[in-house]
Amino acid sequence: MTTHTINDEQLEFLLSDLLEWYGYDFTDYTRASLKRRVNRLFGLDKFVSFAEFRYRLQTDPIYFKRFVEQITVNVTEMFRDPEFYSALRKEVLPNLGTYPMIRIWLAGCSTGEEAYSMAILLHEHNLLQKALIYATDLNPAVLERAGRGTFPLAYMKQYSENYIGSGGKNDFSAYYTANYNSAKFDDLFRSKIIFSTHNLVSDHSFNEFQLILCRNVLIYFERNLQAKVLELFDNSLESLGYLALGSKETIDFTSIAKVYKRIPGQKIWRKRSS
Amino acid sequence: MNCEALFIGGSAGSLDVLLKVFPGLRADISFPIVIIVHRKRGTDSLLSDLLASRTTLRVKEAEEKEALENGWVYIAPADYHLLVEQTRTLSLDYSEKVNYSRPSIDVSFQTAADVYRDKLICILLSGSNADGVEGLQAVKAQDGRAFVQHPDTAQVPYMPAQGAERVAIDGQLTPEEMAQFINGLNT
Ligand SMILES: C[S@@+](CC[C@H](N)C(=O)[O-])C[C@H]1O[C@@H](n2cnc3c(N)ncnc32)[C@H](O)[C@@H]1O
Repeated sequence: MTTHTINDEQLEFLLSDLLEWYGYDFTDYTRASLKRRVNRLFGLDKFVSFAEFRYRLQTDPIYFKRFVEQITVNVTEMFRDPEFYSALRKEVLPNLGTYPMIRIWLAGCSTGEEAYSMAILLHEHNLLQKALIYATDLNPAVLERAGRGTFPLAYMKQYSENYIGSGGKNDFSAYYTANYNSAKFDDLFRSKIIFSTHNLVSDHSFNEFQLILCRNVLIYFERNLQAKVLELFDNSLESLGYLALGSKETIDFTSIAKVYKRIPGQKIWRKRSS
Repeated sequence: MNCEALFIGGSAGSLDVLLKVFPGLRADISFPIVIIVHRKRGTDSLLSDLLASRTTLRVKEAEEKEALENGWVYIAPADYHLLVEQTRTLSLDYSEKVNYSRPSIDVSFQTAADVYRDKLICILLSGSNADGVEGLQAVKAQDGRAFVQHPDTAQVPYMPAQGAERVAIDGQLTPEEMAQFINGLNT
């Protein structure tokens, strides 16, 4: 049963400490999820008191790294929500094809499954050679894994089903080489993806894009932070560019909503021409 | 005791119970009702529509950052955990499955217990795994009230039976009793 856990008040103290000590700002993350993650780590690493936990975080930057890795939710999939990818194929890629050079930002890319899915999509539409995918996350550990382009072989069955659901017509297994328990995706895809750290809370816009995807990240943010991040995306998106969010996220009721037009039935919005 | 929120969790065999209970609910329920049912991806609006057709209460799929309103029924969307914030709003979380389940009943019950404490009532219905049992324990730890569907009446008794065995529950309810029981929580 629950022995020692961190209470709401202690969590608040900790968040402001972390901001002060390391400059990482989690104070606008939704609390219930964050609290579960922090308490999970607290239990996992067998701390007996809040003071001990706090002291460790204060004095051990390597442990803080572990903290960041463990409290962020990194669950992801290839071709997750197949209908979403199907909409990208039908509604978005044909328009992107008209650009000489396609820049895509994938914010909160986790271990990279989404980035490789995107690369496969571009490849199938003959757009990969003129595209560049900037895939960013605040957690360096997931980016390191993403860079290898290697995923557990056991997941390929599900991913292949997702791929087919997205309208994929090829043999999915032709895109990777199976080796023991892992599937290594073709370097062709990796070569068009740039993985780098970027913190949506504190880092600025770094380029202009025709497509920005940020799926299942905003659900972890409070409304005010969501609004701030959406403005960051708006500032990083060319006019007539596309913004795609997760299946439970929306730009409705935010300040940027009025300059966007939604693709009916999809969590994809197109920026109006300015 | 004042009921400020009712959470109902279930898995295999629980939909029939809800369909039986919903028509009997009074229209002026004085607290929010939150339903967490295990189900397949991509079946989202179906469940809300089905339940809405059986009650005059307003039924909707839970959205992130949504405030819990009295007299509304919220359905946890497929494939996300549904959590309750201290501000009495809902949030969604795409973290690892808990008890092979997402949404997990434990996660919703535990976060609700953290918020509503002794003003929370939870009911665990028919199902084939033990998701929800630790949630009921959390409810009792905060002096809330925990109930299970009477296992003899459950299509799949494992889940409520585990609840009855591992939690100091406040009672077992048959599907026939449930609507009246819920109506009786009104203030
Ligand atoms: C649930 S994953 C989403 C992965 C993928 N986009 C998907 O939908 O499958 C959320 C990701 O957001 C990242 N994240 C959380 N806070 C962030 C921040 N402030 N800046 C950038 N990334 C962040 C996490 O590290 C995690 O990898």
